[in-house]
Amino acid sequence: MNKPKRPSPNLKRNEGRHQDPVERTKNFEEVALGFNMEEALTEAARCLNCKNKPCELACPVNVKIPEFITSLYQEDIQSSVLKIYETSLFPAICGRVCPQEEYCEAACVLKDKFGSVSIGRLERFVADYARKNNMLKLPECDKDNGLKVACVGSGPASLAVAAELRKKGYDVTVFEALHEYGGVLRYGIPTFRLPREVIDFEVENLKKMGVKFIKNVLIGKSISLDEIRKDFDAVFIGSGAGLPSPLGVNGEDLIGVYSSNEFLTRINLMKGYKFPEYDTPVYVGKKVVVVGGGNTAMDSARCAKRLNPESVTVLYRRTKAEMPARAEEIENAIEEGIKFEFLTAPVELEGDEKGRLKRVKCIRMELGEPDSSGRRKPVPIKGSEFYIEADVIIAAIGQSPNPLIQQTSKIETNKWNCLVVNEKGQTSIEGVFAGGDVVRGGATVLLAMKDGKTAANAIDEYLKSKTSNKN
Amino acid sequence: MYKPQEKYEIIEKRDLSDVISEHIIYAPLIARSAKPGHFVILMKDNNSERIPVTLVDWNKDKGTITVIIQSIGKSTADINSMKKGDFFLNVSGPLGTPVEVKKVGTVVGIGGGVGIAELYPIAKAFKEAGNKVISILGARNKDLLILEKETKEISDEILITTDDGSYGKKGVVTDALKELYERGEKIDSVFTIGPLIMMKFVALATKPHSTPTYASLNPIMLDATGMCGGCKVEVDGKFKFACVDGPMFDAHKVNFESLLKRNNAFKEFEEQSLKEFEKKHNCKIGLH
Repeated sequence: MNKPKRPSPNLKRNEGRHQDPVERTKNFEEVALGFNMEEALTEAARCLNCKNKPCELACPVNVKIPEFITSLYQEDIQSSVLKIYETSLFPAICGRVCPQEEYCEAACVLKDKFGSVSIGRLERFVADYARKNNMLKLPECDKDNGLKVACVGSGPASLAVAAELRKKGYDVTVFEALHEYGGVLRYGIPTFRLPREVIDFEVENLKKMGVKFIKNVLIGKSISLDEIRKDFDAVFIGSGAGLPSPLGVNGEDLIGVYSSNEFLTRINLMKGYKFPEYDTPVYVGKKVVVVGGGNTAMDSARCAKRLNPESVTVLYRRTKAEMPARAEEIENAIEEGIKFEFLTAPVELEGDEKGRLKRVKCIRMELGEPDSSGRRKPVPIKGSEFYIEADVIIAAIGQSPNPLIQQTSKIETNKWNCLVVNEKGQTSIEGVFAGGDVVRGGATVLLAMKDGKTAANAIDEYLKSKTSNKN
Repeated sequence: MYKPQEKYEIIEKRDLSDVISEHIIYAPLIARSAKPGHFVILMKDNNSERIPVTLVDWNKDKGTITVIIQSIGKSTADINSMKKGDFFLNVSGPLGTPVEVKKVGTVVGIGGGVGIAELYPIAKAFKEAGNKVISILGARNKDLLILEKETKEISDEILITTDDGSYGKKGVVTDALKELYERGEKIDSVFTIGPLIMMKFVALATKPHSTPTYASLNPIMLDATGMCGGCKVEVDGKFKFACVDGPMFDAHKVNFESLLKRNNAFKEFEEQSLKEFEKKHNCKIGLH
């Protein structure tokens, strides 16, 4: 295939093709369309293949970025994808949802002068191409060692543990509370950011490798942690951060007040946007307000937009510069016609006689002294109250760990109710490990996967030392 | 012991009335740890809602659970159209916080409509724990009265009311409850399951007597794992999640007014769904 000579750093960074902003608000199809082969090879040609590999060092799981891009440039996709798998898992997922602008692409030497290499889009291209062309063989698993490991939850942390330990010959069982696997990938991240075939592919592969998946079991309710600790040689807790933070204002029980978890679950997991073909309804009314500035707020606002209300307005108490959401997702939201009210917070929700939300009383904020997070603290401006009409308000102001396991066992937690672990992911209970959002309290898919890999190694070490002591 | 289960067979099905059916479902992991007051989530197939239903009975040895469902909308009518040998795609549980069963003296169980079924395992457990159990069952009419025989077997006394007087005493369950107080019955605890409005009035009736009263709430639920907050109910001025903290709460502390309103959140959607279901099946399910 015709492609530019390598390196050609001065070619324009390719941001990938996207669905038309107007068109895409009428569907739930993927927004970012990624690269075709020619675009991928051209972007790969921009990479300088730096000897000191700043991108690779900046990656939390040290994906062999220059090497996979080199193989891609040589049109050897098979080698390219295997390079990624050497240190990572689930590249089709990470290529889509990982905040590359904070890690690898932030470290790219081309960043300031020409624009970083589009590393995330290249990772996604390689992973998608390999998947669609059946180039990914199942990894070889070691002979069964007879040791049983349970994973609580089927999100990215648990899936990583399952993959790593199954390869080492462990008998792995994944417990999922809901009826489909993937955790936050399934109920939280919308299809227009992460197509479901990508999640299904990873789960199916793990099943083919021999990982057992049990759906509809809520550990901490249906079965206690103590019970599975007894019945398995080791346990990994990857139960996530699924407890929504309430707005904490009057009127929270009005009809039309959703947590982002409820709103996104109705759409992503239950497919409420296809009502009545699917039985679960989702109501947005005419005017939607979303509170928060993170990725979940952007996902909520963009899902709401696709249900065709008159307006979607995001309230954020700081300014655009402080928004924790990925820059790409903020831009996507703006393109889709979502309005933003910065330096604004809700103070009261008002309803009608039927208990339906009518309007949101807001207050303007200004940024004061830096708080414990290092960001300037928003302070309400006295007398600046005003009203926004709303049929629906979606609170996307943060999540804390699912509390069930903490409530029903004697496991050590910190003041945010996150599980306390050492650097290997070991909790205060022997043989029980944890990682991902239940430890971090709301982080990224990539860090969850990294924690899973770390914990898998620690579990392997723990069980090997335990069995060798016995002998 | 922990075997993946992809679908859940209906082992037995029995119609208790035109609109109420009993389903015995094979779900060994749930039967293993079920307790009175627990509930499960049912999904008939991939397109279905997640429907919460309180467990009526379970059998650890056979690995079965029993639920009783009244057709009150599309999803419940859809479930009741299933036959013996059909499969649920998903049954999740046991969920919720079980009722703390102990010897307290005299326990009055008050069930209304299909709530009678949900009351049954709780009344049974209190009877087995050595309590005197008085059951008050209320239904709109004779045809909708269920589990009379079963409840009688585990009760020291049974009182029945129907709205139209077609069976038992004409009236509502709180009339029967008042009779108990009037005759000087010393009531140590009341458990009530049924329509919200009924439970609200039971709570009002027991409050002057300071009788500890527990109501099983039925807010709109989605995941039922403590994640969405859709089932939040105000108890003692604080929001609780019925799915994990309940569904049974101190009835004197529940804000029934708020919950009555919230349960109408998706009313138009539910009506639309039902209309399409009835058109498709060329039927009319008996709604109140």
